Parts: sequence; C-alpha cells; structure tokens
Amino acid sequence: MNIQEISKKLAEHFPGISIEVVEGAKNPVGGVVVGDTALIVPADHIQKICEILKNVDSFSFDCLSNLTAVDKKDRFEVVYQLFSYKHLHSITLKVILPRDEGAHLPTVDTIWGCANWLEREVYDLFGIRFDGSYDLRRIMLPDDWIGYPLRKDYKEQDDYHGISTTRPSLLQ
Amino acid sequence: MESPPQDHRSSSKPQRGVEGEAPSGFARGGGDASPYRTEEMLLNMGPQHPSTHGVIRFVVKTDGEVMNVAIPDVGYLHRSIEKIAEKATYNGFMPWTDRVDYLAAMNCNVAYAMAVEKLASIQITRRAEYLRVIAMELNRIISHLLSVGSLGMDIGATTPFIHALREREKVNDLIEELCGQRLTYNYARVGGVIYDMTPHWDKKVLTFLDQFEPNLNEFDRLLTNNKILRKRLGGIGVISPEDAISYNLVGPNLRGSGLKWDLRKDIPYSVYPELDFEVPVGNGEAGELGDCFDRFMVRIKEMRESSKILRQCFEKIRSLEGEEYQVKVPKKIRPPAGDVYVRTESTRGDLGVYLVSDGTDKACRVKFRTGSFTAMSIVEKISRGMMVADLIAFIASLDIVAPEIDR
Repeated sequence: MNIQEISKKLAEHFPGISIEVVEGAKNPVGGVVVGDTALIVPADHIQKICEILKNVDSFSFDCLSNLTAVDKKDRFEVVYQLFSYKHLHSITLKVILPRDEGAHLPTVDTIWGCANWLEREVYDLFGIRFDGSYDLRRIMLPDDWIGYPLRKDYKEQDDYHGISTTRPSLLQ
Repeated sequence: MESPPQDHRSSSKPQRGVEGEAPSGFARGGGDASPYRTEEMLLNMGPQHPSTHGVIRFVVKTDGEVMNVAIPDVGYLHRSIEKIAEKATYNGFMPWTDRVDYLAAMNCNVAYAMAVEKLASIQITRRAEYLRVIAMELNRIISHLLSVGSLGMDIGATTPFIHALREREKVNDLIEELCGQRLTYNYARVGGVIYDMTPHWDKKVLTFLDQFEPNLNEFDRLLTNNKILRKRLGGIGVISPEDAISYNLVGPNLRGSGLKWDLRKDIPYSVYPELDFEVPVGNGEAGELGDCFDRFMVRIKEMRESSKILRQCFEKIRSLEGEEYQVKVPKKIRPPAGDVYVRTESTRGDLGVYLVSDGTDKACRVKFRTGSFTAMSIVEKISRGMMVADLIAFIASLDIVAPEIDR
C-alpha cells in the first residue's frame, strides 16, 4: 500500500481525528518529490494509531524501524518510521509537539520491543517525556547531566563534578 | 529464594555433602539440601572488559553461575556525532561517519552519502557505484573476519583469531592502496568516491580472493566444525523470529533467526540488482534455530557471498573504463528543506540514516539508526537464566561494536 491508501484506511479507523498527509521535499529544478511523504498525527492518539497499524492485517507494521525527534526551533517533531516485513511497505508518522520544557506524548513501548531504548534516547537528548513508559532513564549521558544536548538552544554546563568541560585551545 | 531458572547444564540440586544445621548467621537456601546461604550477587562486567568489545558495562545479577539478568549500561563512548553533524557542512561531515562504526566505515560513508544524494537529487555514475560496492564488500569481509575471530577468542580459541587477523591485514593493505587509510576510510563523497582504483589493483584483489577462499575452508576446519565451539554456541541465546522483528534486530542477527531478509536483495539499492548472490540464513544445525551458532554461521557464509560479489564487480567494472568516478556537485550543497530516511545493509545490518535539511548548507538533524543499538536492547530479555560464560558468547555472536551503539 502506498501512503495515500494507508492514510485513507487509517481515517476509517479514527473518524473525527485529523490525519494529514504532508508531501516530501521537492527538487527545485524538476519538481520531483525527493523527500519522504509523512502522516501527521495528533499526539494524544499516537499509541492507538500505532496499535492499529501493527495489529490490523492489511497494515501489519511489525517493525519500528526508527524513532527519533527533530528540534525545528518553534516546535518538536517526533518521527516514527515503520516497516512491514509482510507487505514490504513503510510509512513515516510525525507528531508535532509544542516546544517547551514539558513536551510529552504517550509511549509505544508495549507495541514494539525496541521502542523503549529509542524513546530513552529521545528523552535523553531532547527532554521529551513518554507517558506510561516502563523505564524512562537517560541512556547516553549520566543521570545528573543538566540539559538536553540535541536541542538547538543547548548550552553545555561549565563543569561536571569539578571536571571542566572545556579546555583552552592548543594553538595559543 | 527463587529456584534457579531452567538450564540444561545446571544441575538440579547442588551436591555439597554437608549435613545438619546451618551455621548460625546463615539462612537456609530456599528448599535446597545445602545448609549454606545463597544470595543474589550484583556484579559489574565492564566498562573495561576484554569480552565486551568496547566500553560497555553490564550489571549482572547472578546466583552462582546462573544469571538472573544482565542489564546493559551504554553511553561510555557517546561523542555526540549527531550534534557535530549539525555544525559541519554536508561534505565536511564525511570523516565523522567513519567513527560511527569504525569496523564498517565504508558502509557508514556510503549510507550518509546516499541520504544527501537522494535529498539533493544527485545522480552518481555507475563506475562510482561499483567502486563503492567493491569497497563495501571488502569492508564486509574484514568486519566479519574480526567478528568470527574474536568470537572464537572470547570463548577460548586464540589461534583462529590470529588466522582471521592475518587475512584482515591483507585486505587492510588493499584498502590502503585504494583510499590511503586502513581503518577510517573517508572514501565516499557526495557525488561519488574520492579516488579511482590504482592500476592493477583489481588483479591484486582477485589474487587475494583466490587464496582467501581456501583459507576460509581452513578456518572452517579449525573453528566452524570444531566440536567444542558447536557445543558452546549451539542452543545458547536463542532469539525467536518474532522477538527478532519486535526488537528490530537487523542483518546477520535477523538472518540467524531464520528470516531470509537482506536489503541488498529485497529493497535493492546501488548496483546490487545486477549482482548475483545468495542470502544465507540460520538453520539451527548446532542446536536450535536462532542460537549463537546460527548467527556465527551466517557471517561465515556471507564472507563467501561477498567474495562472489567482488568477482562479479570486477568483471562488470571493466566495461566502464574511462567513466568518471565523481560527478560535479556544487561546493556548498544545499538540499531542499525536507527530510529523507535511507536504509542500507551495513555489515551489522540495516543502517538507517535520517537526514533533515532546512535548506542551508548544514544539516538540521542527522540520525544514525544502527544495528548494534537495537541488538543491545534485546540482551536484557535473552540473558535471563543464562550462564555467565554464555553471556560472553551471546554478546560476541551479536557482533556489537560499542561506538555504533553510543555514536
């Protein structure tokens, strides 16, 4: 199934919820679509939508290929790349969150086994919380690290437990 | 006290030959004949440990030799490569991709270059595609050699490791002649590759392959068909196909569980559709389907397939003599604002690059979704009830590379 068919079928399962198809980036010369076309889904329903996408036979998205986030300066985008080994189709889901300290959305870790670690990475580097996660700890950085490095306005702390995080240039 | 989880090798009851009351201060072990107290022990394996293949820590909860669980703790090698990608230009980031997975630097180079090329609509020449595939397959051979060699060493067989390294050195020399580097190649560019192959280089590679294939047979006699190895790996760390998909295992780890899935074959990219090769899968020959031996065996078989691919590549590239190996690209690459997700088959499986551009000459976000990261997340589940020595074999069979987990 292509993304248009998937979004149509998905809308049948979720009447009254806006599921928007956003076309990928276009080549400025030829006008050919080169980027990935994505579905924008509301944050509150991401868990239900993923459940349907995994369990309904015609979708069968049995593999969460990638889960990550992007800081777009005025908003966060949480991106899910799903793939189906049965039908060999893939889809990109995007959730748009307001860009503030308390950004959060429901977890999908009961649906795919690998989701927990991917969510932990997003939490660690972006500070986006996943409600209902069974184990949401930092994964790359120490537990007492301050700040979320992949945010665009991140400023590194001066020292960590008395160890300086900067050093003078060797050229001077 | 819980009874130890079932394991075919742990005896059901400890035989200790001490009768009577337990000494004061010692609690009785739960229902055991032993008067001695047993308790769960918390052990740190790593971060510096020879068998963890890099700086990884496992928090092992163990009761004697049988583990209750091993919880991986990663992040010791986090170098924020994804943040650096936002500060470097598209071509300036290329050397950093080597460091994502230093054992498969070429595959990381190409995956990143493919993502940029797709978004910026750059079509590279067929000669460049073939040069990339040749370098990637050579890289696959040496990565697998190190993997199977170090697996042998982890469980006590030192000699095969030396044999594997001997072959690896020969390929390192060949790759050095191709791109000047032995480990971090920095060979691919957006728009092709940086150098053409040197004169007669193809003949040198073919000479190497002629002696590599018999050497691989010798390696089989030495290690693969070794009774001890089969007993150590057979039936250990069994991953069911359902678990493998749910935890998003990729590459040889997925194929070890019996799934015939290879991106080079099933969602072909580059010039792979023109090449003829098999996709080896595990068949449970030493125990159960999806055990450590199956994953090990898939890698051995894949080296033979890579060798086959290389021979075909050199035949086909002869007809492309004189073609450019790099197309002209603007000095400052500015892909249109948007995002793209590209998947390639690296040596550790599906390597996904998610690239977001905001229309400037620097990326807005780059994410590497790597095979080791997801392979590591399954350790906690499979390690329950495993013996400590088997954990070493299990980790080695997953072929984990620490920098690829942490990036």
